[in-house]
Amino acid sequence: MRKRILIAALIALHAAILLAGLLAPYDPANQNRGFPYAPPARIHWVGRSGVYWRPFVYAVSPNLTGYHEDPSQIFPLRFFYRGDSYKLLGLFTADIHLFGVDAPGRIFILGTDAYGRDEFSRLLYGGQISLAAGLLGTLLTLAMAALIGTISGYFGKWADESFMGLAELFLCLPWFYFLVAMRAFLPLHLNPTCTFLLITCVMGSIGWTRPARLVRGVVLSARNRDYVAAARGFGASDFYLIQRHIMPAAFGVLLTQAALLVPQYVTAEAVLSFFGLGIAEPVPSWGNMLSILQQYNVIVSYYWLLAPAGALVVTSVIYWLLADALHHWVKSHSI
Amino acid sequence: MKYFARRLLRACLLLLGVSLLCFAFTELAPGSFFDEMRLNPQIAPETISTLRAHYGLDRPLAVRYFLWVGSVARGDFGYSIAYNEPVAPLLWARAKSTLLLTSIATVFTWCIGLPLGIWTASTRGRLVDRVTGAATSFLIAVPEIVIAILLMALAVRSRIVPVGGIQSLNAEDLSGWQNLCDRCLHMLLPVSILVLSGVAIVERHIRASVLEVLEAPSVQAARGLGIGRTRLLFRHVLPLAANPAISLFGFSVAGLLGGSLLVEVITGWPGLGPLILDATLSRDLYVVIGAGVFVAVFTAAGNLVADLLLLACDPRIRAGEQNA
Repeated sequence: MRKRILIAALIALHAAILLAGLLAPYDPANQNRGFPYAPPARIHWVGRSGVYWRPFVYAVSPNLTGYHEDPSQIFPLRFFYRGDSYKLLGLFTADIHLFGVDAPGRIFILGTDAYGRDEFSRLLYGGQISLAAGLLGTLLTLAMAALIGTISGYFGKWADESFMGLAELFLCLPWFYFLVAMRAFLPLHLNPTCTFLLITCVMGSIGWTRPARLVRGVVLSARNRDYVAAARGFGASDFYLIQRHIMPAAFGVLLTQAALLVPQYVTAEAVLSFFGLGIAEPVPSWGNMLSILQQYNVIVSYYWLLAPAGALVVTSVIYWLLADALHHWVKSHSI
Repeated sequence: MKYFARRLLRACLLLLGVSLLCFAFTELAPGSFFDEMRLNPQIAPETISTLRAHYGLDRPLAVRYFLWVGSVARGDFGYSIAYNEPVAPLLWARAKSTLLLTSIATVFTWCIGLPLGIWTASTRGRLVDRVTGAATSFLIAVPEIVIAILLMALAVRSRIVPVGGIQSLNAEDLSGWQNLCDRCLHMLLPVSILVLSGVAIVERHIRASVLEVLEAPSVQAARGLGIGRTRLLFRHVLPLAANPAISLFGFSVAGLLGGSLLVEVITGWPGLGPLILDATLSRDLYVVIGAGVFVAVFTAAGNLVADLLLLACDPRIRAGEQNA
């Protein structure tokens, strides 16, 4: 049962972020300069003339004391609403949104930021960047870890000595120092795609030490198994042995490590963007959405801008539970 | 003794490697400290090249490295361009406030995590254990930056504790006792962030290692012989479960300088964290390199301490070393 809930949550999270264009009512870069820091919209069922047959929002207008609802103007929520056009999955152009309201009305479920951009839409689109960075970085790390771990575990001797020495070197420096130093000493002003790739590479190449050590341990124990010796006796080459007998043993460890690394890298991207070293505006990411919270007055007055922190918590918890489940699964299936 | 010498040699080699690595980073850097000056039309290019020569930035990497090693030997750790003074005193001033913060946080983390871990292990499966288990799972999963931001939001909104800095602006007017209280209040926020993000890991490790010993046949036999719960736990179980805790304590010591960088930057604590961030952004090379090596020295020392403690506490390791 718990397993099913976990899998459902995992799929829901990724589907919501993958289908950001469909779920988000607005374009993430769309500014409403008249609505800075608008609070989350209140959705009503009951109005002046009793209960309505579908939810609606009132028109909201700012004045000196804050935002006020105008009960005379009602905008019912429309589902599968035609609004801003977007690219679904980066392939098809579409303009259908899950929900929206008609033109002069606006619906900001999670409020707006300083430029009046819809926080909810930015949260979903920002998730695409953050999660993609996490997943790509993890892939890179796992590839490095598998390669280095296998080489040093299987061939041993000087290769082992030098790689593990290097790993110790990397573990000597705190990750925050590494991340900032490596990022800052690479070109700072690039277009978002280049920055994204660069950050992913930086994160991916920092984190290889732990998984590589674990893979090395597994490879070391797998190498001395009888079936490996038998295969070698039959004349199997090193490459065949690694590919057929050794890598499968390391697979479980790599899988568990992947589930642990993804949230770490999502966080690392958030940390970089938080300090302005990551993805630059107007492209949203959870980190650069949070960076506005460095101003104390924003924290005090506009609590809804903490939404990306909530998204980070949800992502981390889901992946952590996944890692836990994978760990138990690997333990019960290993020979 | 031989063991110690070998470990020390290894640590020194490691530090050498770290310094080379840091130099390699900075060499890869496309810009330099004088980039902004170059944009200024009032500063002649000759001035900039003179400045570069003055700070030795025009020399080849190998020469700079050996000059830097010489400066480390003199105790300077290089020369900061932005602060116009040797790096070591700069780093030391910041490192002191970092150490103040992290040592207090580490003490609290262990004072909470250690007893909690032992308690939850000995009451396995009961309500306390399950509640603590859920809480620590959550705390481990939630990233430090989120804990920091949420606690900051809480502190700023409730106005119970001051946010940012190490003391109030009017600190000089305060008496000794008030000054102490003021500093403690300022420390409350960063310390609680560090404790919250660290305590779960300590609790988990302690619980796991105590549980492992509790289930060992020897302990089962001792229980069968009628040794009381308390005596069993404190006399027989805890000494056996100490090894992982000692290793973990070594990690804590190793992280004293490097573990709080992010929290320092977010909460505005004037430690190494903000210094490193500013120096990397302004490309103040030697501060970055110096800070890296400084932190690495601490990490290596922490690991060394952990190894030595293990050696002192566990006769099996001692015997293994003598045979080797």
